[in-house]
Amino acid sequence: MSGDFDSVRVVGVSRHFGRRRALSTISLTARSGEIVGLLGPNGAGKSTLIGVLATLVAPSSGEVRYGDRPVRELGPELRHHIGLLAHELHLYPELSARQNLTFFAGLYGLDRQEIVDRALERAGIVDRADDPLSNFSRGMRQRVALERALLHRPRLVLFDEPFTGLDDQAVGLVADRLRVLAADGCIVFMATHDLDLADGLVTRVALVRSGKLVSDEPADADLRARYRELVRQA
Amino acid sequence: MFRRVALLVLRKDVAIEVKSLEVVSTTLFFAVSCVLVFAFALVRDGSVVVDAAAGILWIAIAFSGTLALGRTFERERYAETLRALLLAPAPRAAIYVGKLLGIVLLLGVAELMLVPLVSLLFSTPFFARPLLFVGLLLTGTVGFAAVGTLFAAMLVRSRTRDIMLPILLYPITVPVIIAGVRGTAALLAETPDEPAALMWIALLASFDVVFVTLALWTFEPLMTE
Repeated sequence: MSGDFDSVRVVGVSRHFGRRRALSTISLTARSGEIVGLLGPNGAGKSTLIGVLATLVAPSSGEVRYGDRPVRELGPELRHHIGLLAHELHLYPELSARQNLTFFAGLYGLDRQEIVDRALERAGIVDRADDPLSNFSRGMRQRVALERALLHRPRLVLFDEPFTGLDDQAVGLVADRLRVLAADGCIVFMATHDLDLADGLVTRVALVRSGKLVSDEPADADLRARYRELVRQA
Repeated sequence: MFRRVALLVLRKDVAIEVKSLEVVSTTLFFAVSCVLVFAFALVRDGSVVVDAAAGILWIAIAFSGTLALGRTFERERYAETLRALLLAPAPRAAIYVGKLLGIVLLLGVAELMLVPLVSLLFSTPFFARPLLFVGLLLTGTVGFAAVGTLFAAMLVRSRTRDIMLPILLYPITVPVIIAGVRGTAALLAETPDEPAALMWIALLASFDVVFVTLALWTFEPLMTE
């Protein structure tokens, strides 16, 4: 598909909401196969940066380059290559899992029913595929949301606090899926403030604090100690 | 891709509504209550103030339409599904068109119930000139929904959306309501004034073209945070 890319470059991106500065001249690059952990305390600007990468939030200044091209050159086609999973599930609770996945597959021009069937299998809910989503547990809904975000096999996968409210088994499943995605050549960004979950999963760490990129480095063996040190310095 | 996404959004809204009947039931209940209250207030011994039926019909459409707009977008806010829609690889205006078609369809269903009810309670022959009357309803409904859908989408993330929607919507849609009332009244006159009704339909059609174009043009920048 046209418009594919193997790197994402954030170049001097700032974003203000009125007088509040959510992001301040952030620059970083992520390449195919990397899992970049966007770490930082609540309100640091991680979700805003995820929004900018997803093209849902426009930067006040700076730009994001997908491959070597900016958003305005790529147009709506770019969104074929972006998948977003946030804490909010982006699913309709009144509809069944199958109806939700069929609808979102349709938005991406994927009409084949087997794509939805495979996604239901991966989510492990084939036997409850036609139940309304409102009857599902948080973990089951999150699994459907994960499949919804990945239906169109995006190159850039954006996870914003994907583990909130999940039990250990569900966390393990999402983490395994993240590793597979990276191995398949996806560029993965994961915003979280949970260091235990990020430890051993991310390949790079970008620490954001008060809208500024404090550090961008390979994931250290002792992520928690490094994080504490960086936050103290900032 | 544009048409496909717009129709998918419409079909999804219809599927949700068929399952929940939430917006249809509240909208119809409100619209019927509104007409009944006016009927008790204005009909005396079988006679009614001239042109009252035209005014009441359009007020009921406008008020129930505002309710439907709020509820429909509340659904997209609940699980932030609007963000997922905006991630579709199609021009974002397609999402607007899909939501607009859904609102027009919903108001069409409400009008199917309102018109016979007003006609019965106010002894009003709405269908003496059926084509012109349907033309007025259609152009008026599209105009109201075009402005309403844009504002409701813009306000979906605002905490004050329930207050702000009518404040923004009514001043801009006053021409639609006035044109609808005057056009309907022209058709209900003892000798129906067809040229006047046509003039009001043309005015409403112009309003529709201007506001649908404006919404298509501004939807993407307005929805990008």
